[in-house]
Amino acid sequence: MISATNISKQFGKLKALDNISVTYPAGECIALIGPNGSGKTTFIKSILGMVVPDSGKILFKGKDIAHDCHYRSDIGYMPQIGRYPENMTIGQVLEMMKDIRNHRGSLDDDLVNDFNFKSLLNKRMRTLSGGTRQKVSAALAFMFNPEVLILDEPTAGLDPVASEILKQKIVKEKEKGKLILITSHVLSELDDIVTQVMYMQDGKMIFYKPFDLLQFETGENKLSKAIATIMQQNQFSDIL
Amino acid sequence: MKKIIKYIITDILRNKIILSYTAFLLAISFTIFSLEDNSTKGLLSLLNIVLIIVPLISIIFSTIYIYNSAEFIELLVSQPLQRKKIWLGLFTGLAGSFTIAFLIGAGIPIILFEATAVGFMILAVGILLSIIFVAIAMLAAVKIRDKAKGIGVTILLWLYFSLLFDGIVLFLLFQFSDYPIEKPMIGVSMLNPIDIGRILILLKMDVSALMGYTGAVFKDFFGTTAGMITSFLVLAMWMICPLLISLRKFDRKDL
Repeated sequence: MISATNISKQFGKLKALDNISVTYPAGECIALIGPNGSGKTTFIKSILGMVVPDSGKILFKGKDIAHDCHYRSDIGYMPQIGRYPENMTIGQVLEMMKDIRNHRGSLDDDLVNDFNFKSLLNKRMRTLSGGTRQKVSAALAFMFNPEVLILDEPTAGLDPVASEILKQKIVKEKEKGKLILITSHVLSELDDIVTQVMYMQDGKMIFYKPFDLLQFETGENKLSKAIATIMQQNQFSDIL
Repeated sequence: MKKIIKYIITDILRNKIILSYTAFLLAISFTIFSLEDNSTKGLLSLLNIVLIIVPLISIIFSTIYIYNSAEFIELLVSQPLQRKKIWLGLFTGLAGSFTIAFLIGAGIPIILFEATAVGFMILAVGILLSIIFVAIAMLAAVKIRDKAKGIGVTILLWLYFSLLFDGIVLFLLFQFSDYPIEKPMIGVSMLNPIDIGRILILLKMDVSALMGYTGAVFKDFFGTTAGMITSFLVLAMWMICPLLISLRKFDRKDL
């Protein structure tokens, strides 16, 4: 569905992405994991065309995404920090997005209902807490029934109830055979969703393998423990 | 793109600066025309306002507006929309609101009191200057990431175009006063859209006799149809070049 070849991106002296090649087939749920500043968000943003890579090519359904924009109607994106026009209300933002996306077919209002937006529709974006903004981002990402969901730290800042609602929604969409790409620091909550794990460090892709293989190799059941084991092994090999 | 323009214009109308700018222009033009018994004097005062206030408000408001819409732009870029259309929509929204504000604020009094060739020239120059300075603001805002620095640079640009440039020109005139520099001066004046506007209006007013020999040379050039067309083309270039450069920059910008 999405394939990237030799993607590199440099910000000044910092190599944010270093020669990354990867292919994501449809129907998978990929966890994009790595320490802070390892290039996860930059990589996601290059898939969305928000960051333009210095070199390399990204194909979406076999078509080059450079200088294209229509492919983005198949993507639902939930940013790490949702930033919206400050003096619009939630209702206006939702309406505007519907207007701009010009979506044919049914809208998915599950999250709008589950998060109880009805009572909040007239609130201005600038008065919202970080968690409520995250809910708006989540509702927008799922609203247009996209084939691909890109979720950057989806549960950061959400309360446990909202976090659980979102998780159930992700499971439901995964069962429909959608490609889901998640980055998260809180690894424990990804355990039952993830099928593939991609691990990044200093802009490089360290590995990309199925979760069950990772479980087998490390002998750990939990994603967090498995990753910890890998990181320790990496450190040892650095020392040696 | 129509939708983007629609959202930008409703947003600009919602923050009331453009509305107060229109009211300010209206108030000041009516005052000027009713104070002076000779409407040509009124036009001369209006000219100074057009040449100083219009560029200032256009460039500063547009720069701040673009920096403040960073979130909106980011949101749009992640949607199935072409970057070029987003940027052009932003430009059209800003330039359109300033044109309408000027047409109402200065246009109505001019048509009521002084519907002459000079009046319409002031109107045309005012609109062109509004659009030119929106384009320059967009170039500055796309090139400079830091908001404070960006706004500082646009203030300096305005200072340069409305004050410093004239100082440099005067300095050159005195330094090279022994040489026949009247013709090169026409070329130099093309480097500043505010200067072109001023010369175009002054020559229409027939006060060029006050400018001595240079005035005569200017009249020879700007007074002819070819000269007028050239200067309007140069003004158009001042609009198109910054816009195109900013468009290219924005197309490759990382958000």
